[in-house]
Amino acid sequence: MKDNAILVVVARFLIPLMMLFGLYVQFHGEYSPGGGFQAGVLFAAAWILFVFIYGLDTGLRIIPPRVIYVLACLGVLLYASIGMLGVVLGGHFLDFYPLLEAPKAAQQAGIILVEFGVGVTVASVVMLFFLLFARRRADSEAAGLDPDAADDVEADRQ
Amino acid sequence: MVAATVVVTRDLLKATMLFAIYSLIIAALFATLDAGDVALTEAAVGAGISTVLILAVLALVPRHEKRQAGHSLPALAIVIVTGAALVYASFDLPQFGHTDNPVQQHLAPYFIEQTYADMGIPNMVAAVLASYRSIDTMGEAVVILTAGIAVYALLSPAPRRRQRRREQDS
Amino acid sequence: MTVLSFFNYWAVIVLMMIGYYCMIVRGNMIKKIIGLGIFQTSVFILFISAGKIIGGATPVLREGVDVYSNPLPHVLILTAIVVGIATTAVGLALTVRIREAYGSIDDDAIDAVEGDDRA
Repeated sequence: MKDNAILVVVARFLIPLMMLFGLYVQFHGEYSPGGGFQAGVLFAAAWILFVFIYGLDTGLRIIPPRVIYVLACLGVLLYASIGMLGVVLGGHFLDFYPLLEAPKAAQQAGIILVEFGVGVTVASVVMLFFLLFARRRADSEAAGLDPDAADDVEADRQ
Repeated sequence: MVAATVVVTRDLLKATMLFAIYSLIIAALFATLDAGDVALTEAAVGAGISTVLILAVLALVPRHEKRQAGHSLPALAIVIVTGAALVYASFDLPQFGHTDNPVQQHLAPYFIEQTYADMGIPNMVAAVLASYRSIDTMGEAVVILTAGIAVYALLSPAPRRRQRRREQDS
Repeated sequence: MTVLSFFNYWAVIVLMMIGYYCMIVRGNMIKKIIGLGIFQTSVFILFISAGKIIGGATPVLREGVDVYSNPLPHVLILTAIVVGIATTAVGLALTVRIREAYGSIDDDAIDAVEGDDRA
């Protein structure tokens, strides 16, 4: 859809805005509605819009599949390691108080880091979902199947 | 209304679009029920991502449902009986929106009073999500990752037609 | 105590039954997944409406507000929505695989293929 001027202009305007809003929702989640889940989904939605306009190959050049896999795991690892950090510093698992001196600051730091981990995981997993579904069509055509064929069960039974 | 139309229509593309509209209406309903975070999530996930995923799958499967029929009286009877039983049971549930409901007695006052003293942040949902119930949220992130791995395992092998036993025999 | 004080439950029940009907009657798998989504949202509404207090406010602390709605159901449903999209995606992936293997996503057609194989 790169040829459609309206789509390209609107997307160029919208995609940075969506990413900015995603970051706002991510890091302002303590003060207003928002948090890791919503931010991750918004960020992934911006990438999906980019893929709709410029094609999957361009989208994958910007964020290669390998990066998506690694990020999905890193998000959960970040979450778990924040929890383990609490244990190492002498607290309970996922206890944020030992992280910093001031208790409120410690809690806020813990919440921000944990939400960031969730956001990274959700964003990359949603991108992964879309990537796999979108790539499947080319794969099945390459394998000699026709995705547009009508249900061929009846034909098979003849 | 919209939900009923989703069920009735046989065109899957139409059903998907109606489902997106339905999700947006539900998000608005959540917003009026004081759940800002949930409304934001439902609007982004229900109306956005799930629609995109279903559309991506509709590129792989036929667009129209095949069978004409699809309405069966026994199923309708089961559904109506179940619904009637649930409506009957609903009279024993606490009334909508009262402060002395059981759900408001337990943890909620603690969260509402202590969040600022404990965390210094105003959004109670974020506080409960990431700090008071953080193990819950961690399990949830693991669920997301597991779903990603499951979809990857299902969709990354090259597509092939299932071997029919009859063909193997011949 | 009015009749309308249970209206939220009835709305939930109606939506739940629509989703249930969609799941048990429709043979098409994508339709089943959409029905599952409707069923899911009805449960979300049940939880959120249980946490609502009439005259309450969104649970974000601020000046001049005394009554907040219960934040706990919001947290539970927030995670449930995201888990819901994960299960939807897994279901759709299974649908794609079934379509590739059997050439159909309809219950009865798949049963017919299976019957042919056994014969």
